[in-house]
Amino acid sequence: MTVRWAMTGAAMLLASSFLATASTGALAQGTLRIGMTASDIPLTTGQTDNGGEGQRFLGFTAYDALVNWDLSSATKPSDLVPGLATSWTTDATDKTKWTFKLRDGVKFHDGSAFTADAVVWNLDKLLTKESPQFDPRQSAQGRSRIPAIASYKAVDPLTVEIVTKTPDATLPYQLAWIMMSSPANWEKQGKNWDNVAKSPSGTGPWKIVNFVPRERVELVPNPDYWDKPRIPKLDKMVLVPLPEANARVAALRSGQVDWIEAPAPDAVESLKKAGFDIVTNSYPHNWTWHLSRVEGSPWNDIRVRKAANLAIDRQGLKELLAGMMIPAEGFFPPGHQWFGKPSFKLTYDPAAAKKLLAEAGYSPEKPLKTKILISASGSGQMQPLPMNEFVQQNLAEVGIKVDFEVVEWNTLINIWRAGAKHESSRGGTGMNYTYFIQDPFTGFIRHLQCDLQPPAGTNWGHYCDPEMDKLFAEVRNTFDPKAQTAILQKIHEKYVDDALFLMVTHDVNPRAMSGKVKGFVQAQNWFQDFSPITMAK
Amino acid sequence: MLFYTAKRFVLMLPVAIGVSLVCFLLVHLAPGDPLSAVLPTDASAETQAEMRKLYGFDKPLPVQYGLWLGRVLQGDLGVSIASGRPVAGEVINAVENSLVLAAAATLIGFVLGSLLGLLGGYFRGTIIDRLSSFTAVLGVSVPHYWLGMVLVIIFSVQLNWLPATGGGPQGSDSKGLNWDYIRFLVLPAITMSVIPMGIVARTVKALVAEILNQEFVQALAAKGLTERGVFRHVIKNAAPTALAVMGLQLGYLLGGSILIETVFSWPGTGFLLNAAIFQRDLPLLQGTILVLAIFFVVLNLLVDVVQTAIDPRVQRA
Repeated sequence: MTVRWAMTGAAMLLASSFLATASTGALAQGTLRIGMTASDIPLTTGQTDNGGEGQRFLGFTAYDALVNWDLSSATKPSDLVPGLATSWTTDATDKTKWTFKLRDGVKFHDGSAFTADAVVWNLDKLLTKESPQFDPRQSAQGRSRIPAIASYKAVDPLTVEIVTKTPDATLPYQLAWIMMSSPANWEKQGKNWDNVAKSPSGTGPWKIVNFVPRERVELVPNPDYWDKPRIPKLDKMVLVPLPEANARVAALRSGQVDWIEAPAPDAVESLKKAGFDIVTNSYPHNWTWHLSRVEGSPWNDIRVRKAANLAIDRQGLKELLAGMMIPAEGFFPPGHQWFGKPSFKLTYDPAAAKKLLAEAGYSPEKPLKTKILISASGSGQMQPLPMNEFVQQNLAEVGIKVDFEVVEWNTLINIWRAGAKHESSRGGTGMNYTYFIQDPFTGFIRHLQCDLQPPAGTNWGHYCDPEMDKLFAEVRNTFDPKAQTAILQKIHEKYVDDALFLMVTHDVNPRAMSGKVKGFVQAQNWFQDFSPITMAK
Repeated sequence: MLFYTAKRFVLMLPVAIGVSLVCFLLVHLAPGDPLSAVLPTDASAETQAEMRKLYGFDKPLPVQYGLWLGRVLQGDLGVSIASGRPVAGEVINAVENSLVLAAAATLIGFVLGSLLGLLGGYFRGTIIDRLSSFTAVLGVSVPHYWLGMVLVIIFSVQLNWLPATGGGPQGSDSKGLNWDYIRFLVLPAITMSVIPMGIVARTVKALVAEILNQEFVQALAAKGLTERGVFRHVIKNAAPTALAVMGLQLGYLLGGSILIETVFSWPGTGFLLNAAIFQRDLPLLQGTILVLAIFFVVLNLLVDVVQTAIDPRVQRA
């Protein structure tokens, strides 16, 4: 054989070797594999990190709170339901004193019993630095969720008493954040939270079994879960962090995962064509411009605020996003239990907007000029650049000329904490910020309560209206859930009727999944229930 | 020789300290709050201050640097803010994975590159030569991440032959010499191999062409050596340079690739860096950069020492 032939043969071999990789067969059934957007496995010890996603996948799966969210319906708004507590009452004379009756017979995954002592132990884990089980990482996540709590004690094995700093009827919402980890397991793991992270124990419907940092975590059903209908039907659920949007889509399309969170909007069409289901639903999220109410801000004039809200072509924006949004009708998504009946309708009416602006002394020829802070990307921010440019164009048409100051997402968060008066806000009179609005505090109070102006809180725009503060106080002092809802509706009506934000849109929390995933009900919530899911053969 | 090595080693120390200073300062000068990874966005000012104190971010920068350097010298790279795990463990894991990927990519790149180079050099001026040159140029010019995505679209999405992402069937813990693991390695390794392939191909082709023009080749042929025999001599003469080039390429690839590892979610140093940057995880970022930088400093030292051993002229210079 000559060299020439040998070399030609080698060249052919080379070409064919590229193509010689064999396909693997069918994958195991009954296993659901999910691609998350987080870049690491969220904290597994109880109080999770990585925001709503962490709580969704490693909070409410492996753990319970005293008060849980009802995640059973896709059509009705999600509300609170009893969790590890079966009922709660406040003292007739002292409204700061709460009594929580605990569920009897609940066991942690390690077999130890859930008792009132465990509740106290878990609150100490977050709030008491001197306690041996105090965990700074969980505390950082959990402590700011329960600002109302002043003290707590076990009354008997199945009764806990919690005292709040002032009367605060939003306590159940606050407690819905707090996950209960097993004290016995912490002892067993050498009183070391890093060890607990590898083999955690909660009371939830899923048990965390295999944990490879940064790569995957596996959950299996807890057959002894106290809420029998919520015992998972799957054999196993595998969670994989896939922070890169294209990598997520590729993983789904190649069959490596069955479900991905937040597919890139431009991939949605092709995923649909390839037979994948795109599941969306309304949930308590909004995409707004948070307006500055500092002296000198043009947004102090209600006519300007209303004009801006009337100038936005929300249907046009929806087309831009390939339908992946819900046009805002208020601060909360339409249909939410706190929506109420605001009289100001967020229609697209440039003529009315121009008229209002003219009354305020502006016109397209003599426009109002102002600066807005935006980010180029960020968790929950959707597609901030094209969306803000769209809004900018809409506003320019009626006589509001907006300049953007684009900052990086984490910088924007810092500016948001610092407030509109702070020099880091660089004279911006508004900020494009998206909100998690799941409970009265995150939904309303933190944005606009007078004493939550920075640096005390996150009332970025330094808004202060005694009337609004009175409503917030009423919410905290109304312990009957129905009456409380009525006040929350009143607050929302004021949010909309006073046009306190530039309310643009709500995200629809898209997820893409293979046709094999059956039985998933996407609740109108940041959190979801994975128990009813099955995988078709 | 010993003296030279010792001198070079001593010279390495200020470089290493400089490197540590630069990587400490760089991550601290970048905007963003290192605590954003662990705090909810609306955490109270009090909680923020407490966490800042806990992680030592409340101290002046020079003090922070001193404390950090002190710990690093004891082999403690600190604890990742975001994951709570020791940075050293995370970096070692990642380096291991990057090593596997780099070795596979170098192997593929070297074999393919040599073959292409030999073909091109041997068939000078023919269509095969032009094809080989074209492939080599393509190899060094095509953007990595783009090629990665195209390969994923073809081999994972369309043909469903190979996994699109991940470091192994059960994560990178399932490393092993079996197809279940290797199939995860194929696409990222091929993507990563194109640059060394291009460079090796061009080097080998030039070498072969040059050697074939030398008189000893004609002499060998004139002496009646078969074509195969002559070629063996050509390869022997080209091998040392080609191997040296390959060694350098391996060095570059060991540093990992943020782009390739991110596209394939390959849990190496590049992937780790990417995560650390996005999470503002300063200890992890500092630790990873430091390890990589020290690695390059040591690699340079080794190259210098080896070169001196081979070529005494370097020592005199």
